[in-house]
Amino acid sequence: MFDYSVYLRNEKLPHIWCAGCGHGIVLKSLIRAIAKTGWDKNDIVLVSGIGCASRLPGYVDFNTLHTAHGRAIAFATGVKLAKPSFHVIVVAGDGDALAIGGNHLIHACRRNIDITLIVFNNGIYGMTGGQYSPTTPLGDKAATAPYGHIEPLFDVAELAKGCGATFVARGTSYHVPQLDEYIYKALIHKGFSVVDVIEACWTTHGRKQKEKYKDNLEMLKWQRDNAVPFAKAQTMSAEELKGKFITGILHQAERPEYVEQYQRLVADVKGGNP
Amino acid sequence: MTERREVFVQGNIACAEGALYAGCSFFAGYPITPSTEVAEHLSEELPKRGGTFIQMEDEIASLGAVIGAALTGAKAMTATSGPGFSLMQELIGYACIAEVPCVIVDIMRGGPSTGLPTSPAQSDLLQAKWGTHGDHPSIALVPNSVEEMFSETVRAFNLAEYFRTPVIILGDEIIGHMREKLSIPAPGEIEIVNRKLPDSDGVCRLPYRADGKYPACLPNFGQSRFHVTGLNHDESGFPTSDPSIVQESNARIIEKIYHQREMIDKVEVRYCDDVEMLLVAVGSAARAAEEVVEEYRRKGVKAGLFRPVTLWPFPKKQFREYAERAGRVVVPEMNMGQLRTVVERFIPSSKIVPVNLVNGEPIDPEFIIFTIEKCR
Repeated sequence: MFDYSVYLRNEKLPHIWCAGCGHGIVLKSLIRAIAKTGWDKNDIVLVSGIGCASRLPGYVDFNTLHTAHGRAIAFATGVKLAKPSFHVIVVAGDGDALAIGGNHLIHACRRNIDITLIVFNNGIYGMTGGQYSPTTPLGDKAATAPYGHIEPLFDVAELAKGCGATFVARGTSYHVPQLDEYIYKALIHKGFSVVDVIEACWTTHGRKQKEKYKDNLEMLKWQRDNAVPFAKAQTMSAEELKGKFITGILHQAERPEYVEQYQRLVADVKGGNP
Repeated sequence: MTERREVFVQGNIACAEGALYAGCSFFAGYPITPSTEVAEHLSEELPKRGGTFIQMEDEIASLGAVIGAALTGAKAMTATSGPGFSLMQELIGYACIAEVPCVIVDIMRGGPSTGLPTSPAQSDLLQAKWGTHGDHPSIALVPNSVEEMFSETVRAFNLAEYFRTPVIILGDEIIGHMREKLSIPAPGEIEIVNRKLPDSDGVCRLPYRADGKYPACLPNFGQSRFHVTGLNHDESGFPTSDPSIVQESNARIIEKIYHQREMIDKVEVRYCDDVEMLLVAVGSAARAAEEVVEEYRRKGVKAGLFRPVTLWPFPKKQFREYAERAGRVVVPEMNMGQLRTVVERFIPSSKIVPVNLVNGEPIDPEFIIFTIEKCR
């Protein structure tokens, strides 16, 4: 039996997340992945912004930094650059990572700095009560879209890949063993790695879509029924993929990592051959 | 290098050199006129010393990276100007409540909005104190020469490290771009303050435990596992909404500044023993004010200069002492009356002669004298 208590600040539990929320599932997956790396807890810095997912660092026994809305990647960049030996992980909700924090996300991808970002993508602003986010499905109702949402959504994986991230994966809070693998591989990847985790928020989102979901279990089943593994997706037409989403390790590339590049620059300058 | 080094440089370069002297090892910034030379100089010098320079995607990211670096133990700084300073305000509050030492250089320019990017102004005197939301400590220093851009930057780091709070340097376009002789002190000539850390052995369970009048004593990341948040927190660093704890900790981060304000206060007082007409000014406006004082003295008018080098916290005790002697208090500034609103709290408005210039030109002695004479 895996002993989570080694990695948890057990006295801080229970957590604030609602019944039916996927964040606890992702937290456990993250802990198992970290355990597999064998990293010393003192060498791990877990950074977050603001939102439900961003409360996660408070529950885990690492160096933890709960910053301002959208700014986790910026803080994490400072931590990593100032002390490259740290393993730096950012956890963020979809609004935090893609709306208010979108600028930092795209530039971290471009720099390919050795940080892992896990997006807790439930398609809604949960903490403030269910307003639409950059990943709310078209047509869904939200606290600020009472007549249905009219904006197209961001594909986190395509965005990260397009901006230069060198490891991009997508999992769900339903397919847990796969998620463990994606997070583990993202952690040990050298460069900027992104894991988009499709989740559900029943409390503020699901129950507004009465025609789609009867309860929170149906939201999980939606993940099961609409996730298409990467290999299978290659055999399907665009028409067949409509309304579905692709899971798996979606992109991997070799590219110089930012901190190593900077250290090389410093060595060159100090050596007198800039 | 063990000797003084004499150079002829811009104020912005002096600021960057001051940061290096103080031990700054991390700079993150975003280009903005008229502050950019600070970043340019450090992009050249920090790598030579094994330090870190990064140009971030905006000013918010810059201060975020600075705070992240500071938490690992680095002495960290950013530099900007009005619009960028506005963007940084939220994270200034973060550094205040999380008690993270850092230095923010604001080379002021004309505003509001994009305003006059290449022209001088003193537009952010109040933003430096009231810009971020919520009650918070504020330390802001206003140099008025190239020498002071160096020495006040060193002092800013020392105060930031000691009080564990962000310290703001308010330069302006004139001071930032003006060239003067700078004599860089030899190492050890100016005392350098490093942050106090808890004992390195053992786990620090209460990183925010502090005497009610003093700063907290956080470990660096890696020294002990702990939690940092912008939420109100208790001594353990974890969020709380317990009214008595919130009241106490909100008060402490302000009282830690006032409790030892003699360490922060710095004023320049000239010709004030028998003063009848007191000029109160900061930064480049104080240079013009000093000439005005000398001109009036030559004519037999008992004029004097009171220059807060530390603007925040405002040196009210020292100011009252001289302002009460004077029949008139002249406040020349390159804004519409920001310093005047501070001065008005301590003396009757009827004694005040405001001198305000917001046209992008440097305020000059003739304009100040003209305004004083007009108000007679």
